Amino acid sequence: MSNVGIGNRALEVIPALEGSARDARRRPRFGANRVLSWIVFIIGVLYFLVPLYATLEFSLRTKVPFAAYNNVLFKDANFASSLLYSAAIGVVTIVVSLLIIVPTAYWVRLRLPRLRPYVEFVTLLPFVIPPLILVFGLLRAYSTGPLPLTGSELGLNVLIVAAYVVLSFPYMYRSVDSGLQAIDIRSLTEAAQSMGAGWPRILLTVIFPNIRVALLSGSFLTLAIVIGEYTIASFLVRPAFGPYLALLGRDKAFEPAAVSIISFGLTWIAMGVIALLGRGSRTRVQVAGAR
Amino acid sequence: MTLLGVVPFFLFAILFLFFPVAFLVVGSFQDSVTGAPTIQNYLDLSEPNIVLAYTSSIEISLVTAVAGGIFGFMLAYAVILGGLPRFIRPLVMTFSGVASNFAGIPLALAFTFTLGLQGLVTRLLLTGLGIDLYSKGVGFSIYTKLGIEIVYMYFQFPLMILIIAPAIDGLKREWREAAENLGGSSRQYWQHIALPILLPTLLGTTILLFGNAFGAQATAYQLTAGLVPLVTNLITAQISGDVFHNVNLGYALAMGMVVIMAISIVGYSFLQRRSERWLR
Amino acid sequence: MTYLELTNIEKRFGEAAAVTGFNLQAERGEFVSFLGPSGCGKTTTLRMIAGFEHPTSGTVAIDGHDVTYAPPNKRNVGMVFQSYALFPNMTVADNIGFGLKIRKRSKDQIRKRVGELLELINLPDKGGRYPYQLSGGQQQRVALARALAIEPSVLLLDEPLSALDAKIRVALRHEIRSIQRQLGITTVYVTHDQEEALSLSDRVVVMSEGRMEQVGTPFEIYNFPTTAFVASFVGTLNVLPGVVADAGRGDVTIAGQPIRLAHSFEGSRGREIKVALRPEMVSLGASTNGANQLTGKVTDVSFLGSIVRIRVGLDGGPTVVLDSFNEPTLKLPALEDTVTVSFPQEGPLVLDPKAPVESVEALIAEA
Repeated sequence: MSNVGIGNRALEVIPALEGSARDARRRPRFGANRVLSWIVFIIGVLYFLVPLYATLEFSLRTKVPFAAYNNVLFKDANFASSLLYSAAIGVVTIVVSLLIIVPTAYWVRLRLPRLRPYVEFVTLLPFVIPPLILVFGLLRAYSTGPLPLTGSELGLNVLIVAAYVVLSFPYMYRSVDSGLQAIDIRSLTEAAQSMGAGWPRILLTVIFPNIRVALLSGSFLTLAIVIGEYTIASFLVRPAFGPYLALLGRDKAFEPAAVSIISFGLTWIAMGVIALLGRGSRTRVQVAGAR
Repeated sequence: MTLLGVVPFFLFAILFLFFPVAFLVVGSFQDSVTGAPTIQNYLDLSEPNIVLAYTSSIEISLVTAVAGGIFGFMLAYAVILGGLPRFIRPLVMTFSGVASNFAGIPLALAFTFTLGLQGLVTRLLLTGLGIDLYSKGVGFSIYTKLGIEIVYMYFQFPLMILIIAPAIDGLKREWREAAENLGGSSRQYWQHIALPILLPTLLGTTILLFGNAFGAQATAYQLTAGLVPLVTNLITAQISGDVFHNVNLGYALAMGMVVIMAISIVGYSFLQRRSERWLR
Repeated sequence: MTYLELTNIEKRFGEAAAVTGFNLQAERGEFVSFLGPSGCGKTTTLRMIAGFEHPTSGTVAIDGHDVTYAPPNKRNVGMVFQSYALFPNMTVADNIGFGLKIRKRSKDQIRKRVGELLELINLPDKGGRYPYQLSGGQQQRVALARALAIEPSVLLLDEPLSALDAKIRVALRHEIRSIQRQLGITTVYVTHDQEEALSLSDRVVVMSEGRMEQVGTPFEIYNFPTTAFVASFVGTLNVLPGVVADAGRGDVTIAGQPIRLAHSFEGSRGREIKVALRPEMVSLGASTNGANQLTGKVTDVSFLGSIVRIRVGLDGGPTVVLDSFNEPTLKLPALEDTVTVSFPQEGPLVLDPKAPVESVEALIAEA
């Protein structure tokens, strides 16, 4: 085994640093980057905040200050009704989505890991099938028998919830799946079973409560998407918030700006809540006690 | 027996996802008058205004994907590793979550208020610097393809930021230290280690951004009132029954779009898987 | 001849002092361990040698050159990280050759050297693999080879084995030591595992809460600990409460029973002190030829494989632990049996934090 050598090379490198040693003391470790970072950050801030400000400014340009907000919030019945409709649809969507996604994600993790790629594929499809195409297909497929849903109000409402549930799949599944990953569902399930619990009870009392944060974050995201959605709602001729906004944009000047600001504010609050929730509880559940 | 647990999911997917899409697929291969099988619809896609729509859609998507990807990455890097105050990162992340969903009518309106004919910035530039954006000399207009591209960035940047942030986090501090320890400079670390590791995610996300822009409809429509030819606008017109009397052509159009989206998702998944393998 | 010298190193993070008063002179080719519990400052000190932290005050010198503020990529110091830190996007060969590529060696030179190192770490055919395809032990060996490739003046290892299985850990540490001996590289090894530190090092620095507790050979550290911390951290130890009877003659009372130490110590009659005693010095049975003995009740008998550990409870609470080599014909006492244990006068040490250092030198002289 040849002599692989000792530290002779060191002598070549070290003398070079005598002079720079004193400078290094003053220079912070990633110095030059910081200026560039600030530049990039400020450009970003300008790009994102100026349009918001412009909207705000425009909404306040009415002769009577806040007139636009006044008109929208208190005088326009359609604002409240469309917002309520979208919120209601959102809630129904969330419930249906949870009822479908949570058991599925749970089963795939626990019993059917081989189905995972298929399930994930399906949850990625909404990215491949844009809302426009989806509503196009739904309209065509369900305009005639055996399920002529496009004929009635109820049918259309069913369609819109179905469409939104499909849209929510990627976000819901990802949230729930990562929530399940963080808790040891196998041990929890076995512990519950050994105490005599059946499946529904396990899901309801053991699984759901422990992935609360993940559920909430997926739900908020879905709600935000539903309330802001336009394409599907307009083609299914639903009195939702998106079409209301479009109509407003066509007829009025200041009011759309006011509504934009309001909806932006609401979305921000929702996201803030999600971020807050996500920070606190990552507590691991102890299955075995300290005894 | 255990399969029963996932039946609701697949049943729902079949009813409200596969079936409608299958309807479109089958329809695209049918003649609109006789119902006989044909590929004429796809051949008709070579009609000049359709080709134009595809070209502009692809162009806009490409531009916003690449530009959005680059600047989004720079912003994510600046916020995470760039030495900015710590509290900025969660703010930017939350805002990105909001902004990536801000698409549609409010977004188009916001930019009209900013860079439109009477927009805030337009007026500022005129009164402050004497530059008239909409004059013949400058020739700018927000109601054009360029305008759409500028507006689309609003949800492209945040999407890149949200996806690349975990990948940047995944760059272990020890890799940088090991590189320095072995004599590498900052540039060499980026060139040989950090960028190669991030590249699959960067590329994959850019492809995702492409698909994202390609499928967007409401924003562009609100902004340009359908003046700029886009595939999504054509399909919209089709559903409303205006332009074509040939519904099946509309199906073929939709299918063309799905194919493009599918390619982009497959590309993204493949690249994601590659990078996950390394970062285990 | 001192090769690596740390002088009065101090590191503060704001108000808190992570490392204080650290002094070390290591000879060329010496293997020194920093041993201590988590948070004792051993890793921080190592990182100051590597250049990833700068000391608040004090100097670091390698082969006479002051490198205290030199950037880490200019020190020619090789570091092996606890998490291996292999570059995931490069093959094993590329990882090992990275430092050489930076130094602009020719492709042939790099290939040759990488080949030599792969032989050295016993993975001659793994050059084309990626890190994720290797086991933990293999990855760590590659990390070692990568650090050695640049022919560093000092080799630094930060708890390199703590992420590995016990068996692999033992095998790998022998390999590391034999490679180090072969190459004669000055090495600093950080660990919290005292068995590792004792079996590998020429000298051990025991640290606690940022301070050096003791520096010495493994033999010295184990047999002649100077502080209570060192005595209890290194090896198992009985620490018994005693009362001074006659310090000049070395008489102490433990649990009401008279004990005589082989040396005198400081302390007025009646003063409470702590007496340290290694379990392997204690044997079962009454004493012969005037050795010390204590009587108590057996509270536990544990079979640990090659050793049997018996716990004997004394009057008033304290427990004496004694270790006996396992012998199949051994007749072990039962629980609650009253037994007598004995130990030589040289066995116990008085632990008094205020004891002057000279007393340890005296101990060594007499031993």
